Amino acid sequence: MGARNVLVGSPVERLEDLRLLRGRGTFVDDLARENVLHAAVLRSPVAHGRLRAIDTKAALALPGVHAVITAADLGARVPNIPLRLIPLPEMLPFEQPVIAASKVRYVGEPVAVVLADSAALAEDALEVVRLDIEPLPAVTDRVAAAADKVLLFEEHGTNRAVTFTVRQGDAAAAFKEAPYVRRERFSVHRHTAVTLEPRGVLTEWDRAQGHLTIWGAAKVPFFNRQILARLMVLPESAISMIENDVGGGFGNRGEFYPEDFLIPFAARHVGRPVKWTEDRREHLIAANHARETDIEIEIACRKDGTILALRGHAYADMGAYVRTNGAVGPRNSAQFLAGPYHVPHLDIDVKLLVTNKTPVGTYRGPGRFEADFFRERLVDMAARDLGIDPVELRRRNFVAESEMPYAVAAVTPSGAETEFDSGDYRITLDRCLQEIGWSDKQRLQGKFVDGRYHGIAIGCFIEGGAAGPKETARLVLEPDGRIAVLVGSAGVGQGLETAFAQIAADALELPLERIAGVRHGSTTLLPEGYGSYHSRAVVMGGSAVLAAASAFKTALRDAAASRLGCDAAAVELVDGEARAGGRSVTLAALAEDGIAADGSFTNHHHTYAYGTHAAHVAVDPRTGHVALVDYAAVEDVGRIINPMMMRGQQIGAIVQGLGGTLLEHLVYDAEGQLLSGTLADYLLPTAGDFPSIRAVTLEEKPSPINPLGAKGAGEGGIVPVGGVIANAVAAALSSLGVEPRALPLSPPRLWRLIKEAQGRTARTA
Amino acid sequence: MKPPRFEYACPATLGEAVALLTQRHGEAKVLAGGQSLMPVLAFRLASPSLLVDLRKLPDLDGIAIAADGVRLGARLRWRDLERDERLAAAQPLLREAVTHIAHYQIRNRGTVGGSLAHADPAAELPGVAVACDGEIRVVGAAGTRTIAAASFFTGPLATVLAPDEIITELRLPPWPEARRWGFEEFARRRGDFALAGIALFYDPGAGGRAENAHIAVIGACARPHRIAAAEAALNGRVVDEAAILAAAAAAAKAVDPPADLHADADYRRALVEVLVERALRRAAR
Amino acid sequence: MPVQFEVNGKPVEVEVEPRLTLADCLRHELRLTGTHVGCEHGVCGACTVIVDGAAVRSCLMLAVQAEGAKIVTIEGLNSADGELTPLQASFRRHHALQCGFCTPGFLTTAHALLSEEPDADEERVREVLSGNLCRCTGYIPIIEAVLDARAAYRKPGPR
Repeated sequence: MGARNVLVGSPVERLEDLRLLRGRGTFVDDLARENVLHAAVLRSPVAHGRLRAIDTKAALALPGVHAVITAADLGARVPNIPLRLIPLPEMLPFEQPVIAASKVRYVGEPVAVVLADSAALAEDALEVVRLDIEPLPAVTDRVAAAADKVLLFEEHGTNRAVTFTVRQGDAAAAFKEAPYVRRERFSVHRHTAVTLEPRGVLTEWDRAQGHLTIWGAAKVPFFNRQILARLMVLPESAISMIENDVGGGFGNRGEFYPEDFLIPFAARHVGRPVKWTEDRREHLIAANHARETDIEIEIACRKDGTILALRGHAYADMGAYVRTNGAVGPRNSAQFLAGPYHVPHLDIDVKLLVTNKTPVGTYRGPGRFEADFFRERLVDMAARDLGIDPVELRRRNFVAESEMPYAVAAVTPSGAETEFDSGDYRITLDRCLQEIGWSDKQRLQGKFVDGRYHGIAIGCFIEGGAAGPKETARLVLEPDGRIAVLVGSAGVGQGLETAFAQIAADALELPLERIAGVRHGSTTLLPEGYGSYHSRAVVMGGSAVLAAASAFKTALRDAAASRLGCDAAAVELVDGEARAGGRSVTLAALAEDGIAADGSFTNHHHTYAYGTHAAHVAVDPRTGHVALVDYAAVEDVGRIINPMMMRGQQIGAIVQGLGGTLLEHLVYDAEGQLLSGTLADYLLPTAGDFPSIRAVTLEEKPSPINPLGAKGAGEGGIVPVGGVIANAVAAALSSLGVEPRALPLSPPRLWRLIKEAQGRTARTA
Repeated sequence: MKPPRFEYACPATLGEAVALLTQRHGEAKVLAGGQSLMPVLAFRLASPSLLVDLRKLPDLDGIAIAADGVRLGARLRWRDLERDERLAAAQPLLREAVTHIAHYQIRNRGTVGGSLAHADPAAELPGVAVACDGEIRVVGAAGTRTIAAASFFTGPLATVLAPDEIITELRLPPWPEARRWGFEEFARRRGDFALAGIALFYDPGAGGRAENAHIAVIGACARPHRIAAAEAALNGRVVDEAAILAAAAAAAKAVDPPADLHADADYRRALVEVLVERALRRAAR
Repeated sequence: MPVQFEVNGKPVEVEVEPRLTLADCLRHELRLTGTHVGCEHGVCGACTVIVDGAAVRSCLMLAVQAEGAKIVTIEGLNSADGELTPLQASFRRHHALQCGFCTPGFLTTAHALLSEEPDADEERVREVLSGNLCRCTGYIPIIEAVLDARAAYRKPGPR
């Protein structure tokens, strides 16, 4: 870093807030365009069927309706959306077509696009488009899918897309010889990100220039431009993807969806700008779902609790298609099943199965939330069976600092290698025990007080971040002498404009006010960019900003040197000026020379932040309600850019995790209809639900793989929550012998577990 | 989720409003606070040809408290009900129930009449109206009539209201000072519709025995109703732990709860039992 | 049909279909895009505006119902001198927003609440704000910000 670190590490108030607090943010639906048409998407009302005919006559006859686009308008072949991550050939048959052509495979699949003078008129038209669909039986769970009796892709012959395998050492031998073995089944339910802002796309096709402009881009605009260019048969240079303010991402928004092709296609097709704003009902059935995975898992240990092996067969319910990054979660659930623990022998496979439900994608901590639930539950069970303190058992099994960099077992196919970069997991464990008051709270463990059973548990985790390969940045000297920062990273509300301003200002040894702003994401800013996913923006974008800052200072010194008639090395940059030998020139004056500098950071190593969470719950056995009495989270992220924003990420992620563990559930019926299709039924956490959460962030072990020493830190907060809460509930109800094995721990489900346990006790009494 | 097309009228008198409803033969809907109707329209679950806004009608939003009971105007908003201090003594059960209704912003617009007309079996006010022997005044083409709350609700989102009828008032009998009451509900999050709820009262009679017990269920039923078996288990007894448990068990046995996405019938039945217990313990304190 | 009302102190007249919600009217007819639409069925609260002094979900109101009303949107909460108001400054200080999409609803709700109840305690603030959804912050910083802003509402004078 630069000589001064005044801003990095400080709780600088956010620059984004100045417009957002005033109601001056610009989200895609806020944009208007003359002559625009509004689009509404007709979505399949059935989960599985052959699409025989679409009758658009009545819709086209409605006043104000201009066009109805179907597969027939796309030409001979309806293109598929390619995979962005883990593009294995096995998964090609399961790619989603941009619009349904011969079959529909999930409720919500786009079948037609109506263009009308207003969103209301377009929606009116949806009601009179007549679909002739021959229904087929719906495959709604992974067991039915695996039976391959009803196939989603008949030509392919199976509903199994791919199987990922993780093997290390000799698990079979380890299990044979181990003095302690336990086998369990666990499952995590379907739930997902549910951003507060639904999706939206605004497109304008300039026929004269042959140029397409898209507003509403997010997460990976440059990747999406590549995909769109191919699908539209245009050069990338003919497409601009503009990123405005984005109302949350969490991995969900910004992947290439069918609408990301259909709306631009529509604009070019009718020669007018087209605007599509997703409504909430659509969002719940059309935006990626996530997390639905179950596992048969076994642990093998020595008598002293040393974990020897993990063996497991997992099944991921992918929904109807494999989307751009759909395989990431399942792959991670296998690859990171061991979490922060040293497990010498591994034999894990995860089968990806398609079903007639909404396709899945990544959601914060993809696969890691699931893996942590599976593993941490089993670890607590093992601890109890072996009579070992659950804290000690975890401590005993940590990957040690001396083992870093620690190679994580590879996954096949996909082969990507990764290793833990740095860390001492005991530090966050000990600090967390302190924060929650672990010793004091033991007196409540399992006790029945005032009508509720109390339980306390901990969970340990690692969080991978900083995916490569590259990120880019540019610093530009503006006419007023301030410096604009441009980055390829994408903003989803996480505070990039502030974090990168802090990094740039410190690197340039300037006060924050001299940064003219940080512009991000859009393809118009830089020739290449990579975006925000896998908690990479601070490490990748931040390091690119550092590189650009270094080049920028050189450029400034060179320009000043020629004006001041001295060596570049003699130039000092102080506040708004370049000085040498008693003379000076303002940065504003230097701006006439058109000074800008590019920087980039290339990286093929991941960072691994890590930590421990602890929860104290109180369970009402009469209602099954789980109250969160206290929650403490400690994470070491290597380097904190802005501690205020870091705490915000942790608390936000934890509350999402609590929602996912106790409230949220995407429930389907036997016909493949989504029952929890409104926000009155899909229960997001509110301010009243989880008031007591404390988050501590440490900077103990910087990452050696980037100049900031930072680690990706946006997702760690969610990763251990399922496991911790479930373990706390198990601890609370241990006298009843209740062992939660499936999420969510909603009151009716937990009540039933308690009743069953009480029934068992009554029978044996 | 834009609403389907409809016409809109904002009449100045009740007579005009009734005439408009009558003319449309069931195709018109009344708009008061809109907190229940607007989501129905957003999801296009209904397509009325006309909305009749009650906003300009005079004299429909008052609270009158007299010796013969309380009269709540149909357009009275929860917000105004909450702020009327007199209700703490005049209708404490009602007042407690209102604090559970939805959220702050909804309570700024939602109305007494709207809740009764919408008839969600998990809504608080219909349950309290039934528990307290309320009477609902309505005006229609055939004139005015008064309907006992116990007969007003016929099923989920269904009432005896004719398409041309408008609720004008809810009347609740006077509340004796010595009355014991309790209100308990269980919802997934604060402000959500209750998975089950209990509104009850009893009057302490000779020797501290319970008399005149009224125990009504919400949420674990197709329509709010009193639970006669639970009331019988309580009447004439001292309200001790044994009586409480007996009444609660009787209530759980007597109700016929629905099953849905959020809870099955057995679970709701178990909730009814624990909520009756808790409401009675609160009442007996 | 024509509708007349007042928004942020200024009289407006618009010509709207009866089915146009107040939220869509504010956003698209009046171009006051600070009010956000998150669900259109009255659950998320992002669309909250202040109507005749009361916080209201504008997606659950028709524009035609606003006839004669005085409406304040998030834009109307900005101070004339361009500085952040105490409520806005408190939100910023406590990092009570990340993506900012839910923020207009929280600000209008908090302003309405504190204008009437400047001594609201934490329980009351939490209860009132439980009608607004946020997916980014986890709420704790928002509660902190609103509690911290109470001081400004207890003093007489503009906020």
